[in-house]
Amino acid sequence: MIDLNSYLILSASVFVLGVIGVVTRRNAIIVFMSIELMLNSVNLTLVAFSSFLGDATGQILVFFVMTIAAAEAAVGLAIVIALFRNKQTVNIDEINILKW
Amino acid sequence: MVNIEVVLFVVLAVLFVGSGIMVITRRSPVLAVLYLILNFFALAGLYLTLQAQFIAVIQIIVYAGAIMVLFLFVIMLLNLKDEEKLIEKITARKVLAVGLSAAVMFEILYIIWISTPGIERDVAKAEELGRVEAIGKALFSDFLFPFEVTSVVLIVAIVGAVILAKKKLD
Amino acid sequence: MFETAIIAGAKIVLTLITLLTLVVLTVYTERRVSAFVQDRVGPNRVGPKGLLQAVADVVKLLMKEDIVPKNANKPIHDLAPMISIGVAMSTFAVIPIGSTMTLFGRQIDMMIADVNIGILYILALTSMGVYGITLAGWSSNNKYSLLGGLRSSAQLISYELSMGVSIIGVLLISGSLELDEIVGKQAATLWGGIPAWNVFLQPVAFVTFVVAAFAETNRLPFDLPEAEPELVGGYHTEYSGLKFGLFMLSEYVNMIVASAIIVTLFLGGYAFPWGEQFGLSGNSLAVAEVLTFCVKTGLVMFFIIMIRWTLPRFRYDQLMRLGWKVMLPIALANLVVTASILALMNWA
Repeated sequence: MIDLNSYLILSASVFVLGVIGVVTRRNAIIVFMSIELMLNSVNLTLVAFSSFLGDATGQILVFFVMTIAAAEAAVGLAIVIALFRNKQTVNIDEINILKW
Repeated sequence: MVNIEVVLFVVLAVLFVGSGIMVITRRSPVLAVLYLILNFFALAGLYLTLQAQFIAVIQIIVYAGAIMVLFLFVIMLLNLKDEEKLIEKITARKVLAVGLSAAVMFEILYIIWISTPGIERDVAKAEELGRVEAIGKALFSDFLFPFEVTSVVLIVAIVGAVILAKKKLD
Repeated sequence: MFETAIIAGAKIVLTLITLLTLVVLTVYTERRVSAFVQDRVGPNRVGPKGLLQAVADVVKLLMKEDIVPKNANKPIHDLAPMISIGVAMSTFAVIPIGSTMTLFGRQIDMMIADVNIGILYILALTSMGVYGITLAGWSSNNKYSLLGGLRSSAQLISYELSMGVSIIGVLLISGSLELDEIVGKQAATLWGGIPAWNVFLQPVAFVTFVVAAFAETNRLPFDLPEAEPELVGGYHTEYSGLKFGLFMLSEYVNMIVASAIIVTLFLGGYAFPWGEQFGLSGNSLAVAEVLTFCVKTGLVMFFIIMIRWTLPRFRYDQLMRLGWKVMLPIALANLVVTASILALMNWA
C-alpha cells in the first residue's frame, strides 16, 4: 500500500523540475512545456488528496485545471506564433522590446 | 512476494520523473514533446493507481491527444530546425536558479514531512469517486456555475488565439 | 489471477491473428472490388482466384530493403510506424464481439478488456493516432512528407470533434459509456418490429459519425494526407520495406476497427435478434452473435471500399470547410435536439 506522502513527494519533485525548466530554458516552447509539467504535478497532488480523503472535489478541480490548461496552451502558442512572425525567433532572451 | 502495487507505482514514478527530466534537458523541441507525452502517460497510470479512471482517460484525451498535438503542430509549422542550435549556456544566474529551485523542493519536502498525518485510503470509496457518474453528478450540481464559466473561458481563448495568430487584422 | 492473465493473453493473441488475416483478406477484396468498379480483372494469378496475392505482397514487403533518408531523424522515423500500428490494434481491445461463451467450464466475455468507460478509451486512442502520421511526416525531412503530416494532424483534430459530439448523442440514448451496455440497449425492438438500433434513433449522428470515421481513417474521399497526385506519397513518402508495410497494415486495421465501432455503436453490435425463435442458447447463441457481428462489420467494410472507388477526393479547403462549418454544427444541433427530447420525455 502506497501512502499519501509518496504521491506528494513525487509531485513535488516534478513540480520543481518544471520550475527549473521555466527559469533555465530559453526556448519559449520548452518553457511552455515546463509550465504544463508544473500544472500536471499539481493535478497529481489534487487527485491523490481526493482519493485519500474520499472527496470528489479534488478531481473536479483537476477537470477545471485541464480546461484552463487547454485554453492557456491555445492562447500561449498563438502568442509564440505572433512573436515568431515578428522576430523570427522563439528565444525568450531576444524578445525584449518591453525591456528598457 | 513483491507487492505488485508497489512495483507499479515505482515504475510509473521513475517514468514520470525521468521523462520530466528529459523534457527540460532536450534541445530539440520535438523530442521534448515526445517525452512530455510519455510523462502524461505515466501520470495517467498514476491516476489509475489512485482509482481516478475518468481523470486518467481525460488526461490522455485532453493533454496527450489535443494539447500536445497543438504543440507539435506549432513546432512543425514554425519549422524550428535552426532553433535547435539555440545555445543554452550555463551561467551563474542559471546555477543560482537551479539552487533556488532545489531550495523550494526541500521546503516542500519539509512541509510534507512535518504536516501530513497518515491517512488510510478507502479503496472502494475512491473507486466509487473516480467513476464518470460520480464526477458528472458533482460537476452538474455543486460545481455547475464554475462549469458554465469554463465554457466562457474557452470561448475567450478561441477568439484570443484566432486574433493573435491571424496575419493581419482587417 | 494467473488464470485471468492466461485467458486475456489467449484473447489478445487470437484477436491479433484474426486482425492480421482479415487485413490480408481486406486488401484482396479492395483490389478485386476496385477492379470490378473499373471493369478490370484485378489480381488473379497467385493462388486460386488470386487469393494469395496479398500474402505474396506481404512477403515482398518483408524482404525489401529498409531505406532511411540521410537527414531523417532515425529514432523517430522508426517510432512513427510503431505508434500507428500499436494504436490501431489496441483500439479493438474494448469492442465486444459477442456476449459470453462457456469454454472448459468458464464464462468467458467475448471482449479483451471490459472497461466501463469503453467509449472514452476509444476516443483517447484515436486521438493518439495523429502522432504516428505527424511524426512520420516530420522525421522524414522531406517537404512532401511534412505537408502530409501537417495536413493529417489538422484533419484528424477537426474531425475528432464532430466524431466525439456525435458519439455523445448515442451516449444520451443508451445512458452508458460501456460498449456492452450500448449493444444491450439496441437489442430491443421499437414499435413496428424494427430493432432499436441507434441508426434509427440517431440517424444524424450516424451520418456525421460515418463521415468523421472516413476522415479519421484517411480513406478516400478524405485521403488528403497521402494524396498521390500532389504529395507523391504523403507522410510515408520516405518509408520502405517493413515500415511502409506497417503503415499500410495500420491503415487497413483502422478501417476494420472503424467498421467494428460503427456496427457496435449504431448497427446493433453483436445482438442476435431471433435467439429465442430459433431456440438458441449458451454457446450456439454466442456463435450466432459472433457471426452477426462479422457479417455486419463485413458489410460496412464493403460500403467503405465502394465509397473509395466511387467518390473523388476533396480539396483541402473544402475538407476543412466541411469539417468545421457543416459537420460540427450538424452534430451539435443533433446533440441539442436529442438532449431536449430526452429531457421532455423525462419531464412528462
